[in-house]
Amino acid sequence: MGRFIYLDHNATTSTDERVMEAMLPYFNKLYGNPSSIYRFAQEAREAKEVAREKVAKILNAKPEEIVFTSGGTEADNFAIKGIAYANKEKGNHIITSKIEHHAVLNTCKWLEKQGFQVTYLGVDKYGIVDLDELKDAITDKTILITIMHANNEIGTIEPIEEIGKILQEINKQRITNNKPRIYFHTDAVQTVGKIPIDVNKIGVDLLSLSGHKFYGPKGVGALFIRKRTKINSLLHGGHHERNRRAGTENVPGIVGLGKTCEIAMEEQEKEEKKLKALRDRLEKGIVEKIDDVIINGHPEKRLAGTLNICVKYVEGESMLLNLDLEGIAASSGSACTSGTLEPSHVLLALGIPSEVAHGSLRFSLGRDNTEEDINRVIEVLPLIVKKLRAMSPFGKGREGGLRWDTQKR
Amino acid sequence: MGYSEKVMEHFMYPRNVGRIENADGVGRAGNPICGDIMAIYIKVKNDVITDIKFETFGCGAAIATSSMVTELVKGKTIEEALKITNRTVADALDGLPPIKVHCSLLAEDGVKAAITDYKKKQELKNKGKL
Repeated sequence: MGRFIYLDHNATTSTDERVMEAMLPYFNKLYGNPSSIYRFAQEAREAKEVAREKVAKILNAKPEEIVFTSGGTEADNFAIKGIAYANKEKGNHIITSKIEHHAVLNTCKWLEKQGFQVTYLGVDKYGIVDLDELKDAITDKTILITIMHANNEIGTIEPIEEIGKILQEINKQRITNNKPRIYFHTDAVQTVGKIPIDVNKIGVDLLSLSGHKFYGPKGVGALFIRKRTKINSLLHGGHHERNRRAGTENVPGIVGLGKTCEIAMEEQEKEEKKLKALRDRLEKGIVEKIDDVIINGHPEKRLAGTLNICVKYVEGESMLLNLDLEGIAASSGSACTSGTLEPSHVLLALGIPSEVAHGSLRFSLGRDNTEEDINRVIEVLPLIVKKLRAMSPFGKGREGGLRWDTQKR
Repeated sequence: MGYSEKVMEHFMYPRNVGRIENADGVGRAGNPICGDIMAIYIKVKNDVITDIKFETFGCGAAIATSSMVTELVKGKTIEEALKITNRTVADALDGLPPIKVHCSLLAEDGVKAAITDYKKKQELKNKGKL
């Protein structure tokens, strides 16, 4: 079978050895509780604050604006529920997009049940949020806009900086007119460590990140909360994290996250170039060798390592199973892989018909991938597609059998 | 995904794939919108299904159940074939993950649709003769 080829880095990554090394002492040597007062615990407390500085640095934020969480999902929940409840006297309207991660979408859906109103913005065929639609959606009751920085499935990078600028103008007027200020959150789980981020430049008030998406450990993430942001806590208990997140801190994880950010700041630029070259090679190879393939996501404004395609007339899970048997790990937005009967909400939001969306494949590349890995996929995938298409009742210009394009919805 | 060895074996090496030209009955089940669709073709002689082929667009379970149902049906009488349920197919594959059970419905529905089509065609033929 040859080398195992991992092409699912948007799902998770391996923890960097340098990160693991940095974490190790905090399990059984410097294991003190940062809240304790003796000197032994101080070491853990200091390590935690050094890590906070490193996380702040990658975002160009202040250390006191970083709250550690258990990961991206908690950071999203904290940001959205925290803002909603702290500002509910001023307004109950939230704006988000249809292509958010479930950590955002399902949090918004839950808030709807609690009496909040949510607008889900559509996107264009590349997955970019429409700025005019966003402006039109704002009401006097709007308190929060949450739009992801880059989409995990298709890699499209959203115009966060433009939205930040628009909101800055709007908020100026709203404050003079005594209307509630609109907070701006971005789920940057897919971008931190992959593209440079400056929270002041992009103008967000809150930003979620997760360690394991860029070679850090699982179970740790952070929420950037700009100073003077009115937010409620999600977890109540002790006075940890300046009273914003109770619970004894995950010191090894936090130290690991700090180290992860430090490494990413050094290496992200070089890595991005490498990933883009490999991704473009993969994209070109697939398009050349397989007919009826659609490339999803924005041609340029896209994460360097992400390639999402739809292969017509075949279904995603059956491609993934075949790839797995060849030692290649990837993912799909087909219903069968999402655990529901619906294909990916992201692909549907792009306007892709369900039957095409079922044939989606996502390859997300990472630092260990080589040109040989990509060549292997380009060699194997066309054979898999050929085999499955031979089994499919659909196909281009097929006589008799079933017609693909005339299936009723 | 948690598929049994038997499911994977039928998925990798499906039996009776393809179409039968001038089939005596053609059945369709499923819907590409939901991600699974199957076409089944049968040849019938003296009330016995002598040949059967399938084409499936779908996940691993959809392909494996399609393959298995063709094996179960081949050589059976129409009456026997109608007794094959989604449960029979799933059991013959050593079970399916709970979320995939609906894929075995596809196999049962496909065979039943092909038999219904066959019966309809027979009726038309008989009427023509009368």
